[in-house]
Parts: sequence; structure tokens; C-alpha cells
Amino acid sequence: MELRPGDKTKISVEDLSFFYGKSQALKANNLCIAEHRITALIGPSGCGKSTHIRSYNRMFELYPGQRATGRIMMDGLNLLDPRSIDGIQLRSRVGMVFQKPTPFPMSIWDNVAFGLKLQGIRGPELEERSVQALQDAALWDEVKDRLRAPGLSLSGGQQQRLCIARALAVRPEVLLLDEPASALDPIATARVEELIRGMRGSYTVVLVTHNMQQAARVSDYTAFFYLGELVEHAPTDQLFTFPKERRTEEYITGKFG
Amino acid sequence: MSPTLHTDRDYEADLKLLRERLLLMAGRVEEMIECSVRAVAERDPALAKATIEADHKVNRAEIEIDELCMLVLVKRQPMATDLRFVTLALKMVTDLERIGDLAVNICERAIDLAPFPLLKPCEEVPRMAELVQGMVKGAIDAFVSRDAASAEAVMESDDEVDESYHSLFRKTLSLMIDDPRLVERGIHLQSVAKYLERMGDHATNLAEHVIFMIRAKDVRHAGKLDG
Repeated sequence: MELRPGDKTKISVEDLSFFYGKSQALKANNLCIAEHRITALIGPSGCGKSTHIRSYNRMFELYPGQRATGRIMMDGLNLLDPRSIDGIQLRSRVGMVFQKPTPFPMSIWDNVAFGLKLQGIRGPELEERSVQALQDAALWDEVKDRLRAPGLSLSGGQQQRLCIARALAVRPEVLLLDEPASALDPIATARVEELIRGMRGSYTVVLVTHNMQQAARVSDYTAFFYLGELVEHAPTDQLFTFPKERRTEEYITGKFG
Repeated sequence: MSPTLHTDRDYEADLKLLRERLLLMAGRVEEMIECSVRAVAERDPALAKATIEADHKVNRAEIEIDELCMLVLVKRQPMATDLRFVTLALKMVTDLERIGDLAVNICERAIDLAPFPLLKPCEEVPRMAELVQGMVKGAIDAFVSRDAASAEAVMESDDEVDESYHSLFRKTLSLMIDDPRLVERGIHLQSVAKYLERMGDHATNLAEHVIFMIRAKDVRHAGKLDG
């Protein structure tokens, strides 16, 4: 699919296939992710959408027997190739937030500062960027008086925004969000969605979600996955009102199974 | 709708109910057109009154269909074809209801005209009514069979309705110029023709909505809204 006029490609996925041992989870996916835009990936459980984004930051490297083929190009680098970019560097440029909030067992402040310290940032810069990240994640006002409290003492919605703050602190170019709001109540979900919309223009966001209304609300582009295949990728407004592919139509209107 | 059914059977049933209610309402409106014109042509004020009475059923249908659409929107958040179908239903009821109102207007004129002999141009009214009825029926059939080509045919018929209207208007005008005693009747008759012409416009709207539902292509205002 061509991006809309004015949008640039940040990541170009070329023939990405993925294998869990002998079982193939992704079948030659080709997809371009627009820079500074929100791209949503939708599809039924097991369709490969999470596997797809986990390839971007090579999460699978940590598990034996999992491998990806094809190329994921970003700024001339093949993200799948460890010789092209090493894992630590890759994950600071391509951040990730998971479905279940995963604060580290440490204070709110240390959670946010964690990645920065890893990068060797200290002193006023550390302080400034941590505060900025908490503000960007719309959490600052709620935690500024208890930064030393354990991250795990926060509510679920706050924990998730803390994880987003932690990811934003290292200023990644790309942020991968895997069902970031599915464990949250509607109010916390609205906050996270607002936060994601606010990232448009400064971050390239790839959002995996089961919630089609969420994809319709927050994203610029939507890609529909089914059985490991990328079925359709289109501007979000178009995909949810006039999908081109019959399988997309059936899925989004609830005619599967 | 695509032949595949929704996984959620209640949802499927809601959409089926919506479709049936729309068809029922359209059927009532078609009947109203026919009766109103017959009341004019046969100088039958009783039929006119009965038809005016029946309008409340169409009005009630409009409200019920609106409510059903809102419920489907809030409960199901329909997507793609379903979304276009529900938004289409919301618009179709408005046009159908207006056609019903116009039939009521024709009936009111029928009552006014009943005591007098028919004017000659009145012969053209049944032909016009037939065209308009055909348009409403054609739009609804296109909706049921999801046939965009027949909806386009409906839009073409509108030109013929307009021509009939102008012809009837001119003929009635000459009559009135020749014999001013015919002015009152002439004006009533011209109004009947105008109401039928307006019905044709609403039927055209219906056809445009149907084309949008099927092709996802907006054909309103001849696609000339840019600039």
C-alpha cells in the first residue's frame, strides 16, 4: 500500500516470515510503517500481529528455536541482522510496552530513570529527562509527590503509563505497543489512548490491539492480519468503512467463526 | 448483506429486523402515493382522509427505525458494510417519511379538488405518480438486492418526472390564462404535480444512499463538492 501524501516510510518490512521451531507464524509479510504516525495491527488471536511487532526489536532472540527471515529496514539498517544493529542499541531505538503493566520492582523514579542510567546518563540531564517522560506519559501530576513509592503501588492504569514513561525516557524513534490498554478500565484506557494520539508527530507508533474501535480512534493506518498473513493495510478511516478485502470485511463486521 | 452470517446471532437478528422494518415502511409509503393520486383522479375525499390518517404509521415507523439504529450503533459499533447499512437506514427513513408527508399534501389537495370536475391536464397525474412509485420501489428493490445498477436507473427516471411536471405546469397555466375561473383548481393541480416532483427528488436521494451502501461511492451532488 502507498502511504498518504506527505507521509514517509520509517520502517519497511520486506518478506518477513517467522518460525516458532517448525511452525510458521508469519508468512512473507510486507508492510511499511509511516514515520511519526500511529499504525494499528488488528486480527484474531494467533494471527501473528504480536509476533510481527516482536520481530522489530528482535525480542525473539531471547528464545531458542525462534527465527525470522526477510528484512526489516529502518534508516538503511536491517533490524533483523545483529551485525547491522546490536540488540541493546536496537531496543533503545525501538521501545516496547506490553499488555500487562510490567513496572520493575523499584521506585517510580527508578523505573523511569532505569533506561537512562543504562545509557550512562547522570545528573541534571537524568533528572530533566525523567520528569519530561513522566509528563509526556501524563503521569507526572499523579506521582510527583511520591516518586520514591514502589512502582507496583500504582493502579493498573498508572502502572501502564509508568511503563510508557519508561519507554519514552530513552527517546525511542519507534514505540511498539502490544495491547497497552486491554487490561485497563475505560477511564485509564481513555488516558492511554489520549497519550498515544499525542505521540503522533513525534514518535512512530505501532499498536497491536484487539479493540477495533480503539484502532479506529487512535491510528492513522490499520493493518489486518489473518493466519500469519498481512491481508490488508490501509488508512484507518478507509479500512473500517470501506475495506477492500472480503476477509477484512468479515472480520471487522464480526462474521468469523 | 454478504451471505456469511454474523457470529453473534442477536446482532444478525437486529440487522434483519432493521431491514424488515425499512421494507415495511417503504411498502406503506408506496401505498400512500398510490392512494393519494387515486383520491385526486377519482375525486374521492374519503380515500384522501383515510390516507391522511394512515400517515401516523409511517411517522411511527420513522421513530422506531431511528431508535433501532441507535441501539445497533451503541451495542454493536458496526463496521464497514454494516456501518454503511445502519447510517443508510437513518437517512432512508427521513426521505421515506417526507414522501409520506407529500402524499398527505396531495390528499389535502384531493379534498379541495373533489367537488369540481377534473381539469384536462389531470390525466397526466397518474402517469407521473406511476413514475414516482416506480422510483421508490426501484430504490427499495435495489436496496434489497444490493443492485447499484438499478439504483442508477432510478436516478435517471427523475428527469422524466421533472419533464412531466413542467409539461403539466405549462398546460395548467394556459388553461388558467384562458379561463380565470379555473385558477383555484389549476393551482391545486399544479401543487399536486409539484408534490409528485418532490417525491421524485426524495426517491433519487434513496437511490443515492443505496449506491453508497453498495459501492461505498458517494454520488450525491454528482460528486461535485470539491472547491
